[in-house]
Amino acid sequence: MGNVVAQALVIAAKDVRLEFRTRTAFVSALAFTALVLAIFNFARDPTAVAAIDVAPGILWITFCFAGLLGLNRAFALERENRAIDGLMLAPVSRSALYLGKLLANLVFVGLVEAVALPLFALFFNVPLWPILAPLLGVIALATIGFVALGTLLSAIAVNTRFAELMLPVLMLPFLVPPITAAVQVTSRLFAGRSFGEMAAWLKLLVGYDIVVLATAILVFDFTLDE
Amino acid sequence: MVAAPVAEPAVLDVRALARAFGRVRALDGVDFSLRRGDVLAVFGPNGAGKSTLLRILAGILRADRGEVMLGGARFDRTDPAQRRRIGLIAHASLCYDFLTAAENLEFYARLYGLADPRGAARAALEAAGLADRAGSLAVTMSRGLVQRLAIARALLHEPELVLLDEPFTGLDQAAAATLRAELERLRERRRAVVLVTHNVEEGLGLATHVAIQVRGRFAEWGPRPADAAAFRARYAAAVAGG
Repeated sequence: MGNVVAQALVIAAKDVRLEFRTRTAFVSALAFTALVLAIFNFARDPTAVAAIDVAPGILWITFCFAGLLGLNRAFALERENRAIDGLMLAPVSRSALYLGKLLANLVFVGLVEAVALPLFALFFNVPLWPILAPLLGVIALATIGFVALGTLLSAIAVNTRFAELMLPVLMLPFLVPPITAAVQVTSRLFAGRSFGEMAAWLKLLVGYDIVVLATAILVFDFTLDE
Repeated sequence: MVAAPVAEPAVLDVRALARAFGRVRALDGVDFSLRRGDVLAVFGPNGAGKSTLLRILAGILRADRGEVMLGGARFDRTDPAQRRRIGLIAHASLCYDFLTAAENLEFYARLYGLADPRGAARAALEAAGLADRAGSLAVTMSRGLVQRLAIARALLHEPELVLLDEPFTGLDQAAAATLRAELERLRERRRAVVLVTHNVEEGLGLATHVAIQVRGRFAEWGPRPADAAAFRARYAAAVAGG
């Protein structure tokens, strides 16, 4: 187990280094985030709908689509010079490869969210400070499930002809449960509701994370087979 | 009384190996075996299944039928310890463009669990004549230098079996000479080598054994022929007939 974690960390460190050396996906995701938030901000009529009512949905749509931009690159960078063959030949378990990619994607999506959240507060004038800790908890829970699924599906999508189109097509149907749960919990946090009113949605998020992670580790080996 | 010589066990024993992609039989019952120090050059036209053979031997692809014995044990491509015994030099470098030469080698040294990854990377760069390019991004290096880096990467962990897929393609004369020297060194160190190539002259110059692969089958396989001209004629006939 220790070896799997050590190898996963080596792969994750390599991916993070590559991303921040080229910055292509990160800069694109940040630009996309700022544009989406700006468009939603100017598209809504503040006299008709209160920001607090639409903000949770907008926040999660932004996280979801900005994250998708980065997930595509997880295996795309292994296609260059067929580096994936080097990884498959190396004495690395497929679980370590999956976990390494998962960790790198978590860093990537986490950083995009870290920039998006203050922008969101700025555009929608939502007071985040009083609910910051529980909100970060919800973001972490939903992000783990989102990235666990995206990492698995990007390994499948990368071998298809229209990989960048295929990932959202494969992924979005499976994102309905966690995104719905995340939006529901975020709405209740913004409205100052009690923990009891969010518990069922939080359980759904935790359950989703466990199921997706376990499934991904079990089936990941088959996604790499040609 | 003189004791009978003990036959050296095969490093690689391939039996009835087959793989299809849909209706196309890329590999259709290939058999051969190699001992330490053997260099097998596999010649064949495009689409003969040479790269499929190498990818199965490397554990990257799954075979539909047949078996591969590595060092006397059945090769299980899901076993990391067995994959560790193999090195692959492909036409593509398997290196990352936006890592430096040293970072590429250090990354693989860590994956292979070498004791001193940084030291191993440095030593491999020196052996490959790339010490002065250690800090260069792979994307900025010429095809010849990248191929040297690819060789260093493949041999970093001292594999027993080295697989080479069209390694001379796109190399200039100096880079090709370096590769030839490296292959000679592998033979001296008694590594088993499988070399897939179109280039009959290069292959015959390096091989101890040769095979002609056409339509997924070995039309001919055996020790390097003494009569190169006759072999070239047989190869041309096999390709034309295939």
